[in-house]
Order: sequence, then C-alpha cells, then structure tokens
Amino acid sequence: MTLRTLTLSAMRDGLLKKEFSATELAGAHLDAIEKINPDMNAFITITRDKAMDMAKNSDAKLAKGQGGLIEGIPVGVKDLFCTKDVLTTAASHILDGFKPQYESTVTTNIWNQGGVMLGKLNLDEFAMGSSNMTSHYGPVKNPWKKKGSDAPLVPGGSSGGSAAAVAADLCPIALGTDTGGSIRQPASFCGIVGIKPTYGRCSRYGIVAFASSLDQAGPITRNVRDSAIMLNVMCGHDAKDSTSAPIAVPDFEAALTGNIKGKKIGIPKEYRPDGIDPEINAMWDNGIKLLKEAGAEIIDISLPHTKYALATYYIVAPAECSSNLARYDGVRFGLRVMPEKGNLNDMYEATRAAGFGHEVKRRIMIGTYVLSAGYYDAYYKKAQRVRWLIANDFNEAFKKVDAILTPTAPSAAFGFDYKPSDPVEMYLNDVFTVPTSLAGLPGISLPGALNKDGLPLGLQLIGKAFDEEGLLNVAYALEQAIGFKGKPV
Amino acid sequence: MSQMIKGNTGDWEIVIGLEVHAQVTSNSKLFSGASTLFGNEPNANVSFVDAGMPGMLPVINARAIEQAVKTGLAINAQINLKSVFDRKNYFYADLPQGYQISQFLDPIVGKGEVLLDMPDGSVKRVGVTRIHLEQDAGKSLHEYNPKFSYIDLNRAGVTLMEIVSEPDMRSADEAAAYLKKLRAIVRYIGACDGDMEKGSMRCDANVSVRKPGGELGTRCEIKNVNSVRFLHKAIEYEAMRQVEIIESGGKIDQQTRLFDSAKGETRTMRSKEDAHDYRYFPDPDLLPLEITQDYVDALKKSLPELPDQRKQRYMEKFGLSAYDAGVIVGEQEYAQYYEQLAAKHDPKLAANWMTGELFGRLNKLGVDITESPISADALGGLLGLIEDNTISGKIAKDVLDLMFETGKSASAIVEEKGLRQVTDTGAIEKVIDEVMAGNPDKVAEYRSGKDKLFGFFVGQVMKLSGGKANPAAVNDLLKKKLS
Repeated sequence: MTLRTLTLSAMRDGLLKKEFSATELAGAHLDAIEKINPDMNAFITITRDKAMDMAKNSDAKLAKGQGGLIEGIPVGVKDLFCTKDVLTTAASHILDGFKPQYESTVTTNIWNQGGVMLGKLNLDEFAMGSSNMTSHYGPVKNPWKKKGSDAPLVPGGSSGGSAAAVAADLCPIALGTDTGGSIRQPASFCGIVGIKPTYGRCSRYGIVAFASSLDQAGPITRNVRDSAIMLNVMCGHDAKDSTSAPIAVPDFEAALTGNIKGKKIGIPKEYRPDGIDPEINAMWDNGIKLLKEAGAEIIDISLPHTKYALATYYIVAPAECSSNLARYDGVRFGLRVMPEKGNLNDMYEATRAAGFGHEVKRRIMIGTYVLSAGYYDAYYKKAQRVRWLIANDFNEAFKKVDAILTPTAPSAAFGFDYKPSDPVEMYLNDVFTVPTSLAGLPGISLPGALNKDGLPLGLQLIGKAFDEEGLLNVAYALEQAIGFKGKPV
Repeated sequence: MSQMIKGNTGDWEIVIGLEVHAQVTSNSKLFSGASTLFGNEPNANVSFVDAGMPGMLPVINARAIEQAVKTGLAINAQINLKSVFDRKNYFYADLPQGYQISQFLDPIVGKGEVLLDMPDGSVKRVGVTRIHLEQDAGKSLHEYNPKFSYIDLNRAGVTLMEIVSEPDMRSADEAAAYLKKLRAIVRYIGACDGDMEKGSMRCDANVSVRKPGGELGTRCEIKNVNSVRFLHKAIEYEAMRQVEIIESGGKIDQQTRLFDSAKGETRTMRSKEDAHDYRYFPDPDLLPLEITQDYVDALKKSLPELPDQRKQRYMEKFGLSAYDAGVIVGEQEYAQYYEQLAAKHDPKLAANWMTGELFGRLNKLGVDITESPISADALGGLLGLIEDNTISGKIAKDVLDLMFETGKSASAIVEEKGLRQVTDTGAIEKVIDEVMAGNPDKVAEYRSGKDKLFGFFVGQVMKLSGGKANPAAVNDLLKKKLS
C-alpha cells in the first residue's frame, strides 16, 4: 500500500536506490487495479502482461544504470491515445475492436523514457463531456465521497478515468488530454494536479482527435513536481504534427525554485460571477492571500470577453469535431452496421447511429449546423473572431502579470444522479477552463481546499504561452503554501 | 476564333471555362509519405494518414508547393505568399477522412493567363482565375463483386493542382487549344506528366450558350473529361443540346453532367438541388502556408524556357511562322525533335518537313512522335540530301515514304533506287531537246508569246527525267533553249 501512495519523484528515487524494483511497483499497482477497478471503472483495458514485460525491461536497464527519466514508473494512459496493438476505444462503441498499428508520439516519448504501461483509462466518449458519464464503457466512480454519504460522485471529465486512477493510487501518473478543461476539471474534482501545456507543446500525432485546434495532451499527477517531470518526458517538437511548436523544451523540474518574490499575479474580475459558490470564492481568496504572503504582487485584471468564451467554444469545438469524426464510417475499422439490402449511405447511417452516443451526436449536429452554407458567417466565422478577442484579452493581461489565478471549476464533484435536462448546464462546468483553451495558453489545476462536504476544490493558474516554467514555479510555491493533504477515504 | 452555332433563331455563342486537375509530379503524396507510383497493386501506396486512421495528421509535402508555385510562375500568375488549406466535407467510401483537404478562399496561386496559338496565327488570351492544391480521392471498384464495391486508396491523397480558367473560351477548338497549351506548360516545367490516359490530367468543362454579346447563360458542368478529343466532342454536344432546349422554349437547369465517350453525349449526373454543402472551413491540423518572396524568386530563376518563350525564339531566330512555331513548341517532344533538326539543317525547311510531311505520315500511322520510326537524325539525313541538291523536294517525299516502309536511311534509298538528281547540264539539255523535238507546235506557240506554256515544258522534262532533273537547272536551260 505504501508503494502506491508514493509520488512519481519518490518512486523514481526509490527505484534508483533499489529500495524496490519496477516489477514490484508494477505488480502492486496491477493487483490494486484488478481489485478496485471492477467497482471504480477507471480502466477500460488493463495491460498486465505488457506492464510486467516493460517493468522487467526497466529493471534490467536500471541495473545497468541506463534508465530514462521515468524508468520503471507505472503510467495509466487515457484511452484517447493510440497504442500499438492495444485496444484503443476513445470510450466509443464505434471504435469496437480497434487496435492501432501505430503509437502516438506522446506515449512513444513515455515508453522511450522508461514508463510502464498499466492500461487504458476511461473517459467521456471522444473526450466530449465533463463528467465521464458519456463513456460507452460506463461512468467512473470518483474515489472521493461526500462526508457521511456513500452515493457515487463523478470524477469530472473528460479525463475522468485518469484523474480517478491517480487519486485512488492505481497509478502515480496518468495521461490526459484537455480540449476545454478535460485535464484541469477532473484534477480539481479528484484533489490532484493536472496541467494542460501550451497548444503546440505536445504532439497530437496519434491522439484520437476531438477538436484539433484545442486538443492538447498533459499529465495528471499527485503534485506539481511530478507534472514538471512528466512535461519533460511528453513535450517536444514533432515533425508529424504540423501544429507542434518547434520550440526547445527547458528543464521544467529545475525551474521549481519556489521563489515567487515580485511575481505579478492577475486576478480576473470576470471569474467571480453572481451566484458563485461562496466556498469556491473563499478558496480563491485564500489562494490570493497565500501568494501575497509568498511575496507575489496581486493585480486586479479584466478579461472582458470571458462571458463569450463558452458560446465560442461550443461553436468551434463541435465544428471541428463534426469533421474530425466523419472518418468513423464503418468502412475501414471499428464498428460496422450493415442493414439488409442497404446501400453505402444506409451503412453510414446505421453505423453512426449505433456507434455514437447522444452527446457525440449532439456535437456533430451542432458542428454540422454552424459550418453549413448560410450559417457559417454568423456562427463559425464570428466565433473565430471572438476567439481572437479572447486571446487578445490574455495578451493584454500578460503585459501586466506573470500568471493568472482563478478557480478551476464552479463546483465540487457532483453525483451520478445529476442529469440536467439542459445540456448547457453541464457545459457550465468548463466556464473557467475554456477561455485558456481558446487562447492556447497553459493552465494547471491544483487542490485548493476541501469544501464542507469534504470534497476537493481546485485552483487554476494560467501562464503565458510557452512559459510552463514560470507557471509551474508559481504553482509549486502555491502548493507548498496550501499544504493540501487531503486523500479520498 | 469564336465559332457560332447556327440556330433557328440566329447565331449562338458558346462560353466555356475549364477546371483542369493536374496531378503534381512528386514521389510522395500531398500530406503523407506514401508513394505515388502508378500501377502498383491496389492499396499498396497507402499510409495511415491516407487511410484516415484515428489520430493521424497531415504534413504538407514541400515538393508539391514548389510545383504549384512553378506552375503559377509559368502562367504569369500572382503567387500568394500566404495560403490556407481548407476541409471540404462529404461522405464517400473512397474519401477515408470524410473530407478532402483543398484550398477554398485563399489559394496558393491567383490570377494568371494562358496564351493560345490559333491556326490563323492569332494569339488568344485565356485568363486563369486561380490554382489551388488539393488531395485526390481514392477509387471505387465496382467490377469485382456484384454485391460489394472495393476501394483502392492508391490515389487517395495524391497531389492535384486545380487550375481554374475564366469563362474566356468561345469554341471547342479554343478549349482544346487551352487544354493542350496548359499541358505543354506543366510538362515543360515538370510539374505534371500530362498523361491523360493515366488520369494525370483531366478536366471539368463549364459550358453555356448565349446570343453574341448577350448575358451569360446558365451553365452546365461536364465532369471528368479525360482527353482533348473528348473535351472537344463533349463541348460541341453540350452546346448543341443547350441551344436546342432554349430554342424549343425550354430552360437550362444548372447541372453537373457526365460525358459518355462511347455514345458521344453528355447526361445528367446531379442537378443543383442535389449539390452538396461541403461545409468548407480551415483545416485546424494545418497552419496557414507561408512562403517567402525569396523562395518564389529562386523558383522563378530555375524555370526552363517556356513554350511561349521558345515560340518567340523560333520566330525570331529561325523565321518560323507563328503557327508553325506554336505547333512545334506545343509538345515538348516536338520541340526536342525540332531542335535536333534545326541544329544541323535549315530551320525553316526543317519546320516545314516536320509539321507537314512527318506529322502527316505519323498521323496516318496513328503514332506519336516518341514512337516515330523516323528519328530526327534520319529525317535530318533526308533534309541534307535536299539541301545539297542530291534530290529534289518532290523526290524527297517519295524517299520519306520509302524510309517509313523500309526503315532504311534516305541516302541508302537514293543510291539504291538511283534517285540522285541530275544536275549534269548536258544530260538535261538532251532531255529538253527531246521534249522540244516531240512538241514542235507547242514550241512555236510559246515563241509566239504564249508564256504560260513554260510550265508544260518543265513538267514534260521532269517527267522524262523520272523527276530526277534538278528543277532550277531545268528552268535555266529551258529558258535559254526556248528563247
């Protein structure tokens, strides 16, 4: 049990000192997964044999002193990353039986640095959701519960399996992807750390696409240091992704000095809407106070176009998704439903009707609508303009500040029984994370406090483009100051 | 040269615009590293990107950009330093991604022009609206199984340039000339092999008719025409069809039509109401394509001599007529053949013999110049014999026929058949004496002023000499003797 509660950096040190082996580490995690997962449902696929092979290989390398940055460390992979010869589902029925013949760049980087793959983690179907409820493989249970209640709570989404698995000590680190908050919101709901790096930092090659101009991979970890270590493993320019940035990757862990004296932290007034949960407000205020005490200068800022962010996001992301998901047609891979005496169009319709869930269909339809002739200018084109205005808000703000502090999500984790009749209510979960995504900026969520129900609430720090170093260091200082020790019971 | 259709209500003018799809010469596809080799096994040239596998991303092929820019430069077009790739969304089994990556609002090449050499020696200017890069689709194979279609993705993702003309052409001849000229240009610069049989070049023709100078009529688009001959036929048929409809009181529906080459007619493929909404939007997997002026300038410097430049050179340096020069530069192989001839022989003589006698005989055989049984050297041998007066031009035509028949060289045939021209004045005089002696009445008539008879004497002398007498010598001697 103690092995599994270690942070990535502690595991790394223990392995180097030969306090335990990679095989023992993998075994301990796999045993726990096999015990806990049937109830929690965080993993869609458990790759025990592969994990044990990789761990043995890591032990051999460690014995020769040839280990990579995370040699022998168990990793859970969001099932949106294509993994060679391992079932890859995107939590969708339509990818039934799909085993890619290729490996994503990010997971390739992880295996090259010694990561040990435990399995593939549950998510909202095609990463579309904020609760993990849209998965074809069923919802994931958040390891946290309200004080005195046994009712299951959602882990957030879309990287719900990733966040739940890390919070439940089923893996020390997990890969997530974030399109509008899909790393940060579940990290907030599960009381752990998750960072979405700048758009272009990680290659998107081999990640099942949802919204290409927003999708970005990132790690979900127990603390800020582990996120820094993981970013060094994951990031880097990739010629196979034209949107990947040809920018050198600094040593992120080395940037964690904890010294933020004189750093300017912006507090956007637009993130304190009427009716905001007072506990969230209080957590935010506490974060502000702690940063000030650590020597940072607090500056009130305005991001005036914030109120349009959600509407903009729900035009841009569905538009891209409607096109990205056209390839799931039953012709070459995954599910095929062939109606009797049907023609090609009948096959498309039957396959896609059976293969996609409600939320995915809703977004494909919204996306198709906003791109259609006669509506393109009013929706897609206008949304692109507003997106630019939102990005410009941040550009202006970052002339005055080094980082921005906000809450990560407007609430704590909610119950499985929360089923709003209006889908927009669910979309409101991303209200604080979506603007950062639209602007392509890095954002990190770290635990800020427990609410009166004993559930974690997250704080979000937003950084300048490609300044993950500065962002991580502020997050590190804040993490030390908060001293969050919460664990799910 | 506009060519009117005579209808019952008067003349009709045809208005034609062409969209030419040219497959860009490159070893790999527009956005993937898969091979573009023609004739491979079905689905041998397919990468994960081409197959639209989840998570796969397009990466632009620099070679394709280079070829499009060169083509733009070769038609004096504006090169756009920033262009954008868009997705054109539609479902079809041979389109794995469910969208084609193309350029919609911001193409890489803007306005340019193509100059056509018409048979009367005039030059017709046809505007080019734009050139954009796009992916080809795969191929559906319906012939293998009655119940299923098979898909071959070898072509999927191959680079096409779509060259869109203004509606500047007024006859099927002009459209054919435009397609030929464009083909010559892209072949000169190596941007496309121009092989229409392999589908490397094909075109869509937008055809409408109107009263001369009147408002533009409703157009129909004839899809996927894959030869110059078919283009000509399709336009003529389509224009007639439209005139007949309008003259019988009907209206033209804006349609997409197919040309049936077996029946020589066009038929409806889909009407405007069935037109797809392609939902174009910028491809978020690709950043806008930016190139520098330096890059464009360097490509400009690297361009070879283009057909129009070469035509100008032939006219100025060799004194060829505009039309002959246009014909010769119209195909790279013609020009190569011609350059070999003109290097050693009288360029005008060479042009005449090549475009007249050689082309006539090749046409009859139905073979291309690349398959010509008479090499440039062999034809040069014949020209040499004309130039040094060994044989006359008339005999040379017979010799050329024999060269085609036997494959022997001109000099061998001339020796063998004893066709060497008689320049020995004594021998010619003897023949003249014979002719004069046999036609005393005609001699008298000529001497009494009937000059026109001179031709008769020349003909008789040539006939009697078996055509071998040197015509110039015959002229000189006849004049002397008859005076």
